Amino acid sequence: MGFGAIGAGIGEGYAAGQTALGISRQPRVSGQLVKTMLIGQAITETSGIFALVIAILMISTGVRTGGNAVLDIAAVLGAGIAVGVCGFGVAIGDGYCAGRACDGVARRPSIGGQITGTMLVGQAVTETPVVFALVVAFILLYSGFSGGLEKAAALLGAGIAMGFGGFGSGIGGGLPGGAASDSVSRREELRSKIIGTMLIGQAVTQTSAIFALVVAFLLTFASGEGNSIVRIAAFLGAGIAMGMGAIGPGLGTGVPAAAACTSLRVNPRVGPVTTRVMLLGQAVAQSTAIYSLIIALLMVYVV
Amino acid sequence: MDITSEAVIKAAALLGAGIAMGFGAIGPGVGEGYAAGRACEGISRAPKEAGLLTRTMLIGQAVSESTGIYSLVIALLLIFVVGG
Repeated sequence: MGFGAIGAGIGEGYAAGQTALGISRQPRVSGQLVKTMLIGQAITETSGIFALVIAILMISTGVRTGGNAVLDIAAVLGAGIAVGVCGFGVAIGDGYCAGRACDGVARRPSIGGQITGTMLVGQAVTETPVVFALVVAFILLYSGFSGGLEKAAALLGAGIAMGFGGFGSGIGGGLPGGAASDSVSRREELRSKIIGTMLIGQAVTQTSAIFALVVAFLLTFASGEGNSIVRIAAFLGAGIAMGMGAIGPGLGTGVPAAAACTSLRVNPRVGPVTTRVMLLGQAVAQSTAIYSLIIALLMVYVV
Repeated sequence: MDITSEAVIKAAALLGAGIAMGFGAIGPGVGEGYAAGRACEGISRAPKEAGLLTRTMLIGQAVSESTGIYSLVIALLLIFVVGG
């Protein structure tokens, strides 16, 4: 229990601190836009609430993975990193989306409802990585695990993979959400096309988070009975490879998606062309996440 | 835990492979995305140049990709030659 409490303290502090930093990026205040701002901030707050829930659960219910104390520590740290770091990125993305939406409502208060609606759709997709992270955290905390140090490394690796992996996709999903809200504020007659482009672009940004989720699941359920230092390093390396590797593509695929939404507003007639170029560019940007996935899979299964 | 020096070397190699690929994937991901974004913007401003802009984007992204491929190669070498 003593070791479990230390793990809970680190995990909780990490989760709460990271998410607080993320929420500090919430939209700037605009006097007459309090309603839109509050709605946007409420969504951004959810990442912090997830982190708080995980932290409280870790403190109040004793985490019993069914194995030894080292497994408890690894599970707790992994859960904290997963929700904390991922929530950080998602909160930044949501906050950016809400900020651009507030900007848009300030520019065109008469269509405030449409802009807020666009913002909510964008934020909903941006939320997905932290929901994945919450699922991974619950699995880490409450499934029974058995195994040696290898399993502990795998659990920690799972948390790292999901946490950092969702960070990039969180920000990357918020970028097109913000651009779409802004574009709707300028050309609201194109709203359905803009939302369509935004959703396609956001879908690609989320693929990195899905890779991270897959690797987190594979690591969580990998068998690790022994204590071989080689397998410990392999599991940790897999988690780092996928986790860090998903940051860049998650972020990077969001930039063309945002640009496509803006381009639609500037020149709607070339919508199909820009969407094609966006997808092409996103596919190339995604490639390094695929390399990371391959390396992670090799380290989990081949080594 | 068997901490023979041979095992430590293998373990370090695997950890290094993870770090190499992990951090190595960040840069190209962000950079290629930025290039794609500016290409979309450019097409919205000059739709007739769409073909040229797309080609330029792909060439630029291929150059950005190079460091990502170096990371992949190093990671694979570390896994199979040292860590195997």
